[in-house]
Amino acid sequence: MATQEVATERPGSPKEAADLLRGLAEAKRVVRPRGGATKLAWGGKGEPVSVELETGAMNRILEHNEGDLTAVLEAGVSLGEAQATFAEKGQMLALDPPLGSDDAATVGGLVATADSGPLRHRYGGVRDLVVGISIALSDGTLAKAGGKVIKNVAGYDLAKLFTGSYGTLGLIVGVNVRLHPLQTDTATAMASTEHPERLTTALATLGRLPLEAGCLDVAWQGHRGQALVRFAGAAAEHQAATTAGHMRDAGLDEVETVSDDAALWARQRDGQRSAAGAVLKVSGRTSDLGAAIGAARDADGALVGRAAQGLYWIAFEGAELTERVAHVRSALEPRACVLLDAPDELRTAIDPWGPVDPGALALMGRVKERFDPAGILRPGAFVGGI
Amino acid sequence: MSHTGEPAELAEAPDRDLAPLVAELREAVGDEWVYTQEHQLRTYESDGLLQYHSIPAAAVLPGSAEETQAVVRACAKADVPWVARGAGSGLSGGAVPIEKGVLIVMSRMKRVLDVDLANQRVCVEPGVTNLAVTGAVAPDYFYPPDPSSQIVCSIGGNIAENSGGAHCFKYGFTTNYVVGLELVLPDGELVQIGGKELEPPGYDILGAFVGSEGTLGVATKAWLRVMPAPESVKTLVAFFDTTREAGEVVSQIVQAGVVPGAIEMMDKLAIEAADAMSHAGWVGEDGPRGAALLVELDGAERECEARFDEVVKMCEDCGSDDVRVARDETERALFWKSRKSAFPAMGRLSPNYFVQDGVIPRTKLPEVLERMDELAEEYGMRVANVFHAGDGNLHPLVCYDGRVEGEAERAEELSGLILEACLDAGGSITGEHGVGLDKKKHMPKMFDEPDLATFQRLRCAFDPAGLANPDKVMPTPRLCGEVPGPYRQHPLEAAGLAERF
Repeated sequence: MATQEVATERPGSPKEAADLLRGLAEAKRVVRPRGGATKLAWGGKGEPVSVELETGAMNRILEHNEGDLTAVLEAGVSLGEAQATFAEKGQMLALDPPLGSDDAATVGGLVATADSGPLRHRYGGVRDLVVGISIALSDGTLAKAGGKVIKNVAGYDLAKLFTGSYGTLGLIVGVNVRLHPLQTDTATAMASTEHPERLTTALATLGRLPLEAGCLDVAWQGHRGQALVRFAGAAAEHQAATTAGHMRDAGLDEVETVSDDAALWARQRDGQRSAAGAVLKVSGRTSDLGAAIGAARDADGALVGRAAQGLYWIAFEGAELTERVAHVRSALEPRACVLLDAPDELRTAIDPWGPVDPGALALMGRVKERFDPAGILRPGAFVGGI
Repeated sequence: MSHTGEPAELAEAPDRDLAPLVAELREAVGDEWVYTQEHQLRTYESDGLLQYHSIPAAAVLPGSAEETQAVVRACAKADVPWVARGAGSGLSGGAVPIEKGVLIVMSRMKRVLDVDLANQRVCVEPGVTNLAVTGAVAPDYFYPPDPSSQIVCSIGGNIAENSGGAHCFKYGFTTNYVVGLELVLPDGELVQIGGKELEPPGYDILGAFVGSEGTLGVATKAWLRVMPAPESVKTLVAFFDTTREAGEVVSQIVQAGVVPGAIEMMDKLAIEAADAMSHAGWVGEDGPRGAALLVELDGAERECEARFDEVVKMCEDCGSDDVRVARDETERALFWKSRKSAFPAMGRLSPNYFVQDGVIPRTKLPEVLERMDELAEEYGMRVANVFHAGDGNLHPLVCYDGRVEGEAERAEELSGLILEACLDAGGSITGEHGVGLDKKKHMPKMFDEPDLATFQRLRCAFDPAGLANPDKVMPTPRLCGEVPGPYRQHPLEAAGLAERF
């Protein structure tokens, strides 16, 4: 297939971005917003992209209000850089998704894809941490919603609407976020087993306890799985030891507590991505874990996930990806299994989004029409061909 | 309708014969659940903000999602505006009916439909009270968003307003706990968004809907996330000579990385009022102190204990010579009773008062308090202050005597200036009460025209005919035009799934 030449525009300010968008809409060019290009292929193929609107020139941390635990960021700020800035003051944006090659993931791209990592367990998703947003629409409108304070109910919460909108409603030019104290002095309780039902039961029990863990994860690869629970702060070691006791009681093996635990959690994050293979994200329930492990095993996939949140990522390497992905989807029906990373031919062969309730889809279509009336922002790339 | 001192600003539906619609409503829900007599309708003329009131043409109490759908559909067909109402405890006039419109009262739909503790989910109808959700999952679990009105307020109303409460600094707001909704859209369509699972594919319609103040449709079912109840809860109240000292403690707590379950501040006047009602012994022989700080830590026992000692020390270091630790659940309940009686108790100190709901970046507290003092002095009025101090949400209560000519207007003016002080500090015009009718006029101070026009896009996507709570939130009435731009056939349209409006 011949690839079309894709032009790149790099606006230096929100105003410039809005003006560019208006011009592109008048010229009917198909636009794809682009941050660090670490998740560029996610979503459907959609219509061929003519112009990429790249946010890298809008990369300033405009405010870090330490005392208020908030920050105002331009969309092109890299998440890694933002975290380094916050960490200097003992704070963090409580989002730890995989940062992609060269740690290039930007804050704007992260909001657009609603990606997350193990900290999702305690702090929620992107939607729960973004308190305000600035957006440029395809008719040249530059608008904001929300505010810079963590509590605010004035106006519609467009920050949430744009979170996970994959660049199809408008260009995110800035986000205001809520910060948290940095998780330091961490300790992880971990254990493994080759019995899926034992792991499932153990994690269900751990999820029910008022542990106040920072992260509570599951992993399954080949014939063995793990439970991992991470704590931070003064009592972390003690909490990890107590949790390890629960793991033993649940019949798990190789129970240990690890304080030098960064690599363990990096591995959990890495399990959400695949450079050459495919990744399915399952929006499920805690009680689906057994089925998800079973499906992953049958299809020779590796699973990581937030056990108490019901979110699982199944990664596949090797051949026959289409069949294996299809197997997992049908085994977990009616749960949504969204294809994230995937080779081009797989993304073309199946709908990466899967089915969405027709009534909800019709409403989403109307939202799209109102925000992107010119229909130039990644047409066809979102759910149901929106 | 009428409103103290100001000209009528409520929308009124056009005059027309509503008899056919009323007949259809009776058909939909049964005769006994449609009220059209003025004495019946009076019950519903206001919400918790009594200065706004209006009588609708009819109040309808549907008993199911299907009945709600039939009611909304009938209104859509007749082109008659409607307002959905929960418990009517809102504080922004959001549930005030539209004259000659229909009021849809959700109070009959109060079943808890599903308690799924294995997945930490509860499914309820919108008329279920906030407290009943926790009641359904206690003692091992709880539903964190806890507005002060939690005994009476309904989940449907909480969803409309994105209600917060004392514990939201740590736990978040209603929007962080709603994982699924069944909605009747203004055109009468019934759709389900989300369910028990997090992060379903598609736009975050839940995020857009929660807090939309009844302008995007009406929820008929909600799936909520509940949490394991904390292992340990420790509560203290510390007294200070000044709010500045108490504010310093809040800063130190936050800087130290402690995240209290709740952190509430009251000033002298609020302490005096609250104690008169709760008799908690917060006022000594020398009269009330300058500030009281209520701090509650919850979580894992050992972490909680360690942090609690730190907080006690911070209070002492910042000048408190009176730190009281709740010894048992009874005493803890008494502390909270005092805090929560601050609003109702104000009626004992002042014939009338306005409750304000502003937000500031927490660090701006000293300068905003100073500005409020100046304003209060300038207006010769008393302003009591109750804050959710962790998240900078202020509830100044402006005291006035409504029997004195012009006082209500001046109190409202003062109340408005306090909001401007919040905005000047980088805050918001409302933290949890909503915009409703009361704060429409302040919206342009916080948002520019392109922002408001962008809000309207969302509204038009849901309600192009403008029938759902049409006179709320936006400062000036707006109509939805056709979707601008050249016609392109939408993929959904091509698939026969959607129609163009």
